[in-house]
Amino acid sequence: MEMEMVSGRPKTLLPVPTHYCPGCGHGVIHRLVAEVIDGLGIREKTVVVAPVGCAVLLYNYFDVDAYEAAHGRAPAIATGCKRVNPELVVFTYQGDGDFAAIGTAEAVHVAARGEKITTIFVNNAVYGMTGGQMAPTTLLGQKTTTTTSGRASETAGFPIRMSEMIATLPGAAYVARVSVSSPKNVAQAKMAVRKAFETQIKGLGYSLVEFLSQCPTNWHMTPVESVRWVEEQMVPYYPLGELKVPKEEY
Amino acid sequence: MGKVVIDEEFCKGCTLCINACPQHLLRTAKRVSKTSYHPAELVDPEGKCTGCGLCALVCPDAAIQVYREKKAGVKEK
Repeated sequence: MEMEMVSGRPKTLLPVPTHYCPGCGHGVIHRLVAEVIDGLGIREKTVVVAPVGCAVLLYNYFDVDAYEAAHGRAPAIATGCKRVNPELVVFTYQGDGDFAAIGTAEAVHVAARGEKITTIFVNNAVYGMTGGQMAPTTLLGQKTTTTTSGRASETAGFPIRMSEMIATLPGAAYVARVSVSSPKNVAQAKMAVRKAFETQIKGLGYSLVEFLSQCPTNWHMTPVESVRWVEEQMVPYYPLGELKVPKEEY
Repeated sequence: MGKVVIDEEFCKGCTLCINACPQHLLRTAKRVSKTSYHPAELVDPEGKCTGCGLCALVCPDAAIQVYREKKAGVKEK
């Protein structure tokens, strides 16, 4: 009986173990992006801009060229790279501290300018690398190390829906929110990443894919509990789906 | 009929694949891997694995390779 391999490690993902915690969503998102880069055959002309956050060492895991940006400034670096080398495929990979807190100005204006880059935005509702403090995307009532009795809107405001905000800008061509909480959602997430890269390659404008990701360590849950928490708590506030698609096709 | 190979160098024992397997063929191993985790292992004495690949789809560490029986009459890609 002959066996064929139907799924394995993508070539763009280097064969090294990652530093992420067991069950972390970053690993799945890395693999999806690597699979899309393999699928489109753009590995030799792709540039990633790494963020500050848990994914700060991502250039150790991707077999593509990379920049390391200052905290929140990845879209600015990516803009420069793309404008000088328009033939390259440039994407930033940012967490919620990077994209929705310190880098909000860059995040909004890169979309306002309609730069032809792609952003992979990983929203896990908490600051992961620094030990689980409240992020702008932390849900109301969610306990973190800085909101020990749950986030209250009177003192800490409301969670930001970044994708909805970016989708209102004419420069943004493709905006989608996906999750990696179940096999079905992972498969849909891969399609969204693929469309985002194709939007960039066709030069239609800025593309953003927001991932709802689990953080078992800082949520103090097992990985299986944490993916359930994404579906039960995060998805009602951050609805999944494509918020904006380019006018032509799809 | 399929087969799942788990690379213990990468597996961190997060159990997401165990949760995803529709046939309930995966479990946490009692032994400890070189990287100090209890890796997932396939227990499939009756050959019930269909090679659906859901375990590999949810694996955060790309540690799972899925093999499926080649269908007769399907042309090489």
